[in-house]
Amino acid sequence: MNGKKGKIWEENVIIETITRLMVPFIQIYALYVMVGTEGAGGGFQGGVVFAASIVLFTVTFGISKGRKRLPESWNAALNSLGLYLYAGVGLLCIVLSLGAAQYLNYAALPLSQIMSPAHTRALMISDVVEVGIGLTVMSIFASIFFDLAWKGEGKKNKDKNKGDKEVQE
Amino acid sequence: MILSVVEQFPVLVIVVSLLSAFTILIAGWLNKKSCWVISFATILVQLVMAVFILHHVLTVGTIHYWLGGWSPPWGIEYVVDALNAYILVIVLSLALICVTYSKRSIAHELPQKIVSFYTLYQLLVTGLCGVTVTGDIFNMYVFIEIFSLSAYALIASRGKIALKASFTYLVLGSIGACFFLLGIGFLYSVTGSLNMHDLSLILPPLYENKVVQAAFVFFVVGLSIKMALFPLHTWLPDAHSFAPSEISAMLSGIIIEVSTYALIRVSFSVYTVAFIKLLPIFDFLCWVAAFGIIIGSVLAIAQYNLKRMLAYSSVSQMGYIMLAVGLSTSTHSALWGGLTPALMHILNHALMKGCLFLVAGAFIYKAELWNITDFQGLGRKMPYTCAAFMLAAISMIGVPPSVGFVSKVYIILACLESGKFIFVAVMLLSSLLNLVYFWRVIETMYMKRGEGEERSHSHSSSSKIDEIPLSMLIPVLTLAGLCIIMGVVWLTEIPLPILDQVNALFGLGRYAIP
Repeated sequence: MNGKKGKIWEENVIIETITRLMVPFIQIYALYVMVGTEGAGGGFQGGVVFAASIVLFTVTFGISKGRKRLPESWNAALNSLGLYLYAGVGLLCIVLSLGAAQYLNYAALPLSQIMSPAHTRALMISDVVEVGIGLTVMSIFASIFFDLAWKGEGKKNKDKNKGDKEVQE
Repeated sequence: MILSVVEQFPVLVIVVSLLSAFTILIAGWLNKKSCWVISFATILVQLVMAVFILHHVLTVGTIHYWLGGWSPPWGIEYVVDALNAYILVIVLSLALICVTYSKRSIAHELPQKIVSFYTLYQLLVTGLCGVTVTGDIFNMYVFIEIFSLSAYALIASRGKIALKASFTYLVLGSIGACFFLLGIGFLYSVTGSLNMHDLSLILPPLYENKVVQAAFVFFVVGLSIKMALFPLHTWLPDAHSFAPSEISAMLSGIIIEVSTYALIRVSFSVYTVAFIKLLPIFDFLCWVAAFGIIIGSVLAIAQYNLKRMLAYSSVSQMGYIMLAVGLSTSTHSALWGGLTPALMHILNHALMKGCLFLVAGAFIYKAELWNITDFQGLGRKMPYTCAAFMLAAISMIGVPPSVGFVSKVYIILACLESGKFIFVAVMLLSSLLNLVYFWRVIETMYMKRGEGEERSHSHSSSSKIDEIPLSMLIPVLTLAGLCIIMGVVWLTEIPLPILDQVNALFGLGRYAIP
């Protein structure tokens, strides 16, 4: 990847400006896909679209800037958070109903004071759970992208990776 | 519908494990040492739950758990009967033993990858538990993928040399999973249902249907790859020998056996005995298994690397289990009829192979000893580890009253009852071959003097005892002890009612309709 110039991307005002403009819209669209529609589904797709915005940002501004926006520790925290959200809400159903309701039985949540059990189910399935899925998918896709891209750029990072491998062997 | 606490356990076993896997990932950022503690604690809790489930199933009856409160043909259902509960306890016991063992050995072998190791390990356990408790065939496929993917990554965790092994397993495992998925697709296209119980009710009038029969063949082939049945075993030797030792123990003792469980579940819960008697597929499986037993043993004799030898031995042991499964429809005795010998050997093999692989790992941990020829004098240097190896090895050979002896006797009795005397010969020949390849190791460890000069002039003083740490020794000795204790327990026939319940469930053994 490292050619004679030693630089694999160049600053380009047009691309940077358009990226700056597009990233927020892509992210809003991702949120819309995740929770904006009624009915289940869309968490995965929304997460992928959200990750695409990060990929776009990284492609334009370079990997180190991209990593700064989404550090590795955040990545790990976010993908765990997504899973906690999904599994935790399900577990909450058991805990709050003192073991009377099944796992993922959202109708048992105490929200049923405010809205009907059917609405509680709909809310949880189409919104809360989708956000959980979306977060996990987004962070996993971003981390796959960073892992693939990391080796290409910068000798320092390359050497660091090599060092890690040698230690493991 | 009020659920008792135990009835929540089938799902909690999975959810707790899944949550803990990701907790390990976060906790690893803060403190690497906490990973092992969390993993150990979770598996301990899971094991306690599994024991409660087993007790509940045996005393009260099958647990039906409707996820989300959706009723079965539409929602996902977890069904735990005697078979699941029994397998679940085996899975979690061996997982607990392996995680105990892994504390020191992973810190020594993969110090850079502790966090990812335990995260993946916990995901592996999640997948294995999931396959075991689920009553929905597509859910089973998902969990098979979860544990397979974690296994691929865990095998590759050693780096360089393991990558090719992991890749081979990845390709073959994915093909296996694809076959399984195709089978599910075929069944779904014919019946429109994914629930196992529902399928077993819809399918009987369709048994003559070619699609249904093709689906069964897909299931058998796909799961045979996963369980490394003889001609499809090519991924196994490399994967077993290059994985970290606790993962080899899990692979050999649990992962391929959970795939066997999946096959048993599909054959008897989705399809029924009536279907299996319609096609000669189980007779065919018996022959394949018999070839596997002999060829696996012969190939094991040709190996110099201990872990590779044990891997080929696993191929031959899977042959035992499949032979017993194949015979299960033609035996009617109350004692050895039906699935009893197969299920018995699943537990026994987990104990024996688990112990042997952990011992092989101990040799690598202590002195990077991979080859059998390098084991000279180890019997004096590591007496407890070698004693454990010896116990497990004589179990493999089948010396009474070890577990290997019991399962061999049961399988031979089953062969005799179904009138297939050729398989009796196969079993006896395989015992002899077992003796050949295990005796070679024992002989090198105990009989042969090291060529080093310090051992030539003095007998006892210079050869110091140099044992592995206690946290590794205890799991090894526990498994070795269990190899003998469980053998005696089997002989007293105390745990047989569990297996009898399984036979009653599937209409096998003495419950078979003639």
